[in-house]
Amino acid sequence: MNRRTMGKTMLGLAGAAVALSSGIPLAMADDKLKVGFVYVGPISDHGYSYQHDQGRLAVEKALGDKVTTTFVENVPEGADAERVIEQLASSGHKLIFTTSFGFMNPTLKVAKRHPDVKFEHATGYKRAENVATYSGRFYEARTVVGAICGKMTKSNIIGYVGSYPIPEVVGGINAFTLALREQNPKAEVRVVWVNSWYDPGKEAEAAKALIDQGADIIVQHTDSPAPIQTAQERGLWAVGQSSDMTRFGPKSHLTAIVEDWNGYYVDRVKAVLDGSWKPIDTWGGMSTGMVELAPYNPAIPEDVVKLAEQIKGEIVTGKRHSFQGPVKDQSGKVVIPEGKTATDEQILKMDWYVEGVQGKVPK
Amino acid sequence: MSLLRLEPRGQASKAMVYATPLLAVALTLASGFILFLLLGFDPLKALYAFFVAPLTSTRGVGELIVKATPLVLCAVGLAIGFRANVWNIGAEGQLTIGAITGGGLALAFYGDGGWWLLPLMVIGGAAGGAAWAAVPAFLRLRFNASEILTSLMLNYVALLLLNYLVHGPFRDPDGFAFPESRLFEADAVMPILWSGTRVHLGALFALLAVAGGWVLMARTFIGFQIKVIGLTPAAAGYAGFDQKRIIWFALLLSGALAGLAGMGEVAGPIGQINASISPGYGYTAIIVAFLGRLHPVGILLAGLLMALSFIGGEAAQIAMNLPKAITGVFQGMLLFFLLASDVLIRYRVRFGARRAVA
Repeated sequence: MNRRTMGKTMLGLAGAAVALSSGIPLAMADDKLKVGFVYVGPISDHGYSYQHDQGRLAVEKALGDKVTTTFVENVPEGADAERVIEQLASSGHKLIFTTSFGFMNPTLKVAKRHPDVKFEHATGYKRAENVATYSGRFYEARTVVGAICGKMTKSNIIGYVGSYPIPEVVGGINAFTLALREQNPKAEVRVVWVNSWYDPGKEAEAAKALIDQGADIIVQHTDSPAPIQTAQERGLWAVGQSSDMTRFGPKSHLTAIVEDWNGYYVDRVKAVLDGSWKPIDTWGGMSTGMVELAPYNPAIPEDVVKLAEQIKGEIVTGKRHSFQGPVKDQSGKVVIPEGKTATDEQILKMDWYVEGVQGKVPK
Repeated sequence: MSLLRLEPRGQASKAMVYATPLLAVALTLASGFILFLLLGFDPLKALYAFFVAPLTSTRGVGELIVKATPLVLCAVGLAIGFRANVWNIGAEGQLTIGAITGGGLALAFYGDGGWWLLPLMVIGGAAGGAAWAAVPAFLRLRFNASEILTSLMLNYVALLLLNYLVHGPFRDPDGFAFPESRLFEADAVMPILWSGTRVHLGALFALLAVAGGWVLMARTFIGFQIKVIGLTPAAAGYAGFDQKRIIWFALLLSGALAGLAGMGEVAGPIGQINASISPGYGYTAIIVAFLGRLHPVGILLAGLLMALSFIGGEAAQIAMNLPKAITGVFQGMLLFFLLASDVLIRYRVRFGARRAVA
């Protein structure tokens, strides 16, 4: 587990306050802890929300005799989010996971009214005495995927279906591109933004447009399997997102960046049960198991698999960083000097492309 | 020759026109009962969790009003246009632009607001929505372009504009480049009308719109013109009514009300501008307008009912693990039964081949 550098002092204070107040017994002995989950998409998206729900099921499996869980899916990130979170808080849920960035301010508003309820917000940056945050270092897996694509591309053009140009996604594109060009300096990345996390129609359109521009591998940072299916129709490669998407395109699915929340969710529920819960920030990478890769496609040559495993091992042991200097931006300016790696803050605020990405970050 | 055909009834009964929405609701509930039974849920408990439980707390009733506010504001304006055969399908875009112009003022004066800021945002939001609706009005009158298509397409333009703004000029400078604005200051936030809930000033605007819409249609000459144009455009022409003026009026008014709704969302429950201001209020408002029989009071009731179906869907999911898709199924059934009963009021179903008409 890894704490972000920002706001550490504030966190420390908040942690102390919670430590003092957490001596109070949580509930009656035979009362089960109610845990709520709020998802931005449908659990049938086979991507982001699906993976969070797998985490919920893992909690039920591990601690089913002590907890009950509830989820609400398809919650829009506008005015509705606050109502849903409020409803969970006021119906006896004592731990609530809000699993999308847009739930940040609504979560904080509700948390203020319910100091006895603990909240966990995914991918945000605001915490409070009863609000913790968590996310995964997904860019680490994108480094491995970039190396695989560098070896597998023939046209030297990679098509990238992006959701929103936020730091998480831009950083993912950069980590991918750096590893891609380390293996294959001639390769370049083209990005199409669909401005949605889950829109199979738009995602498929974006994949088609990229293929028409010559891309022979489609990488996605959106949640539906549509890009994989499009790549399979055209007989090309693709990389899945959030969960193992092999069954949507067994011939096209190279691997997928898998988000595994199971361990984290079980740990956090246990922490509430034993009173050790604190409003910390967790940013787990491949070494924590929060970020994984789906099984490699059997058609990937053995030496490429070996390379991927080697890079993965280096990341897990800390020998390799996804943003290892020198890293140049598109204008050729060195942003991360030789011998240095990007700081967490640089990664969390990333709004520029590295060399090798075509186009500009929408601003 | 078909075996089944519809024969127009001479005159639809007035009582039936007002009874059909109730009939549609009853049929929806009955179908819901069967649906829940088939899904393996206790139907009475499920219907209670869906339609009654959300209204058993102050906060629940407040949420119903919060959710109904933008629907009613948009639908009142749309209905006036629909009565005049002006088909504004662009309330979603007008709402979005109203949120941008109204909320943009909050950001422009961030740090030096005052009592004047909120009134300015109200005017700005309404003006923005009206300006967006002026485009289809102009295109209709100048080039005879169908306002159905132009207003619909402008929805996408508005959404892209919003996306551009939240990723760029409107972005919170301290927000780690996430696509949302700063939280508005107290001067730029709609006052809460009912403490303990999120009911804000926008709800009052919605009620005023209902009252104003009723007065306009029932008591004013322009309302009379709208009705005549809607029923028989030719007669309106002979009477010398200025059809152009009515088209401008209907689109600007519905645009302004939608813009006001959008401004109310960002300055109300959301409190900032983000990329997902409306979960489709502008489209749902079209259903609300027809469900409410294009009558302001009917729209108020229909807006509340539609809001209940949204909130009930969530409540039922939390309480009973009912799938969220049930919300959409209920809304679909409601509209289906309404349209079906409409057809049956206005037409008779006849079996067999057409007989010669004397």
